[in-house]
Amino acid sequence: MRYYDKLIFELSKPGRKGWSLKDSFCGGAAAPAAPVPSGLCRQTPLGLPEVSEVDVVRHYTNLSQMNFGVDTGFYPLGSCTMKYNPKINEEISTLFDDIHPLQPESTVGGVKEVYEKMDSCLAAITGMKHFTFLPCAGAHGELTGLMLMKEYHISRGDTARTKVIVPDSAHGTNPASAAVCGFEIIVVKSGANGLVDVESLKPLLGPDIAGIMMTNPNTLGLFEREIREIAALVHGCGGLLYYDGANMNPLLGMVRPGDMGFDIMHLNLHKTFSTPHGGGGPGSGPVGVAEALVPLLGKPHVSGFHGNAAVILKAYAYILTLGREHISMAGKLATLNANYIKESLKDVYKLPIPTVCKHEFVFDGLLNDGAREGVAGATTLDVAKRLLDFGFHAPTIYFPLLFHQALMIEPTETESKEILDEFIEVMRKIAAEAAEDPDILHQAPHDTPIGRPDETAAARNPILQYR
Amino acid sequence: MAGLSYFPHTGEDIRLMLERIGVKSLDDLYSDVPADFIFKGEYDLPEAMSEQQVRDYFHSLASRNVPLKVFAGQGAYDHYTPSVIPYITSRSEFLTAYTPYQCEISQGTLRYIFEYQSMICRLTGMDVSNASMYDGPTAAAEAVRMCLASTRKRSKVLVSDGLLPHVLETVRSYARYSGENVEIVPDVAAAVDADTAGVIVPGIDRFGIVRDLAPAVEAAHAAGALVVEYCDPSTLAVIKSPAEWGADIAVGDGQSLGIPLAYGGPYVGFMACKSEFMRKLPGRIVGQTADAKGRRCFVLTLQAREQHIRREKATSNICSNQSLMALWVTVYLSLMGPDGLRKVNALCSEGAHYLYDSLLATGRFAPAVEGPFIKEFVLKPLVDPAKLQQALLDAGFFGALLTPEGYVSFCVTEKRTREEVDAMVKVIREAAL
Repeated sequence: MRYYDKLIFELSKPGRKGWSLKDSFCGGAAAPAAPVPSGLCRQTPLGLPEVSEVDVVRHYTNLSQMNFGVDTGFYPLGSCTMKYNPKINEEISTLFDDIHPLQPESTVGGVKEVYEKMDSCLAAITGMKHFTFLPCAGAHGELTGLMLMKEYHISRGDTARTKVIVPDSAHGTNPASAAVCGFEIIVVKSGANGLVDVESLKPLLGPDIAGIMMTNPNTLGLFEREIREIAALVHGCGGLLYYDGANMNPLLGMVRPGDMGFDIMHLNLHKTFSTPHGGGGPGSGPVGVAEALVPLLGKPHVSGFHGNAAVILKAYAYILTLGREHISMAGKLATLNANYIKESLKDVYKLPIPTVCKHEFVFDGLLNDGAREGVAGATTLDVAKRLLDFGFHAPTIYFPLLFHQALMIEPTETESKEILDEFIEVMRKIAAEAAEDPDILHQAPHDTPIGRPDETAAARNPILQYR
Repeated sequence: MAGLSYFPHTGEDIRLMLERIGVKSLDDLYSDVPADFIFKGEYDLPEAMSEQQVRDYFHSLASRNVPLKVFAGQGAYDHYTPSVIPYITSRSEFLTAYTPYQCEISQGTLRYIFEYQSMICRLTGMDVSNASMYDGPTAAAEAVRMCLASTRKRSKVLVSDGLLPHVLETVRSYARYSGENVEIVPDVAAAVDADTAGVIVPGIDRFGIVRDLAPAVEAAHAAGALVVEYCDPSTLAVIKSPAEWGADIAVGDGQSLGIPLAYGGPYVGFMACKSEFMRKLPGRIVGQTADAKGRRCFVLTLQAREQHIRREKATSNICSNQSLMALWVTVYLSLMGPDGLRKVNALCSEGAHYLYDSLLATGRFAPAVEGPFIKEFVLKPLVDPAKLQQALLDAGFFGALLTPEGYVSFCVTEKRTREEVDAMVKVIREAAL
């Protein structure tokens, strides 16, 4: 990667153009008079760059070369399921580009089939009855699912259920989504084994509980093995169970949330179903429900038209490629890869909960951080930054909040043993560096286009647009 | 062994890895899952397809969609997409990256988001833009929340019924479940009062009319309420910007900036505001800073607003943006520049007025809502609108969308040609309606 310092505005020169449009609409016929009165017209200059087509292509190509993607290398970002994004899915995803979202059903037979087949495939995979495809992301799916939870209670005249239970290990979006949906949030603690503590849960249950949001396996990569009892307790008090599908990958083709007692769930098509993350989006977060909630499924209208149709197409292509034959292999290999890394590094990184994990696991920093008189030890942040020097993306850091030095590693199934072995070797080398001279880590990264930025200055004196 | 080109494991790899872990089989890795939760049946899924079978199948699906010349808008506009854009956005360094958490290896994403924010600020005249939202309707819904959070002891947001139907529907849904008090009214200037936290008004309404926002802005500000303008960013090249009207927050859908119709998504919402409301803005924001060597660089900033720090006290639950679509818009605006974007509007306007006049000349429509328009307009049909729509579909055109009032809506973009307009008008003139 090479440092490239231009912004598109700095390439601008008055009179340059990067567009090519016809001269006029009516080709010489008398054009209608200027339609908008001057009082409604823009007076301020637009200030957009004036650049040529070549400028644009070179500029963004240069920018892309300061970026790291799954196609660049190993991306073990926990909770994000950075699996390989198949190219055939990209190829077919543009086939519906010319369809207007308000076109009548009689003209969109192909699109309809994709939505219908996806609905039945996702129902088969999850044990839910039907899905809505309107949500555009995982957090958007959570919000939609909570709306359905609320609608369910409203439809039964049960309006006293104002609280949602969220485990302390949950993704930050869980409590945030519940708050946006107008719920009060009650936190349930995890036990020493990293799982929801059933005894702590019991006293929280009552006629004011709308439901519980669970991630299973949870954010520590551990299967909530008491889910049957949890489901019975929550259902017993009249609440519903919401399944955060962010961690569905290891259960793909193995375990169905519907069978565990969940009533509502979302899937992240951009995680489990291989659609690319695009630097933060677009994703797709379809929400599935059990039979009792099916009549309510169309009630929340959470985005403009039909959700991110092109993303749904890609995920469908992925399901067709896996098919019945290979569906379970994705989850199993993801789990194999995670356990392999965990077992290969637990003698140099702190493993707080030494049991079999699913698709990901969490270390709590280095066993020996090199701290000594006058020298600060190497932190998880330092390990993450040092990894960048070796051509790996860093794991998720400082999440979940249960540990101070959390380092959350999710390799996914699309990485080979050779890649994992390289990663393990580098992680061991970094641990050895930390023990010997933590300063090597404090100053990392050394070989990236920029060094560590001054984030405090960025927040204290925000520069948020080019002037 | 693994049986799929995306799975790199050989049988020997799996054996060695299981040995290191200390278990005998892949199934042993699920020993923590209660046995009766392991699905024992056969998944009701199609049989696996080869790559060529997948391609052929999707082409067969595509052939079941009827190709139509689009003369409809209502929130999704068939503008031209320059060929450079998909070429850039499909670069896998952009496409296969995650949210730019590790800024040292994400300067590409961070820089284009900074450029995107700058361009949105320039189009709207606002001081701060976030890194984008899911789509225009959700941006409007987030704006309701922002108005309530930015004003003290005010409980209500007034939303103009001139907004597009899909925006109103989304705003209404968010409000229903959040408990926010949202009122949809014909005239916000008349309805605004001391309990109003904010008003949402369209720069161009669902009839395509360019609105004079001065009365609404004056009334709202006089009552101490915030003004949110919902705008079509493409048209901001020629019509008054939100800042020129005096709006506090600008939202809308970036789809009109060269993003394909794609049956409704992915699109990209934008949201920008005056600097005083910066810390109430939802979503990701990118800021400029420097590294230790003084090199200019970019980071995600002002994160104290966000869910991963604030959890239930965050400004929003949103934890992503539509990054790749923000890149799409950024490349579009870079290519078009000020002159290109004005040219797009000039061509749309010329085509739309030509169609408007031609339709009236058929004698099958009457004027409905008077006012200046650019690319979209409504007419009162003097024929059965259902028959009209079907006649158009049969001839390969999509237009004449029905409004709740019984008007029909048309839209003309620069992608249409005079020949296409003439052909559609001929169908309307000659059809037995």
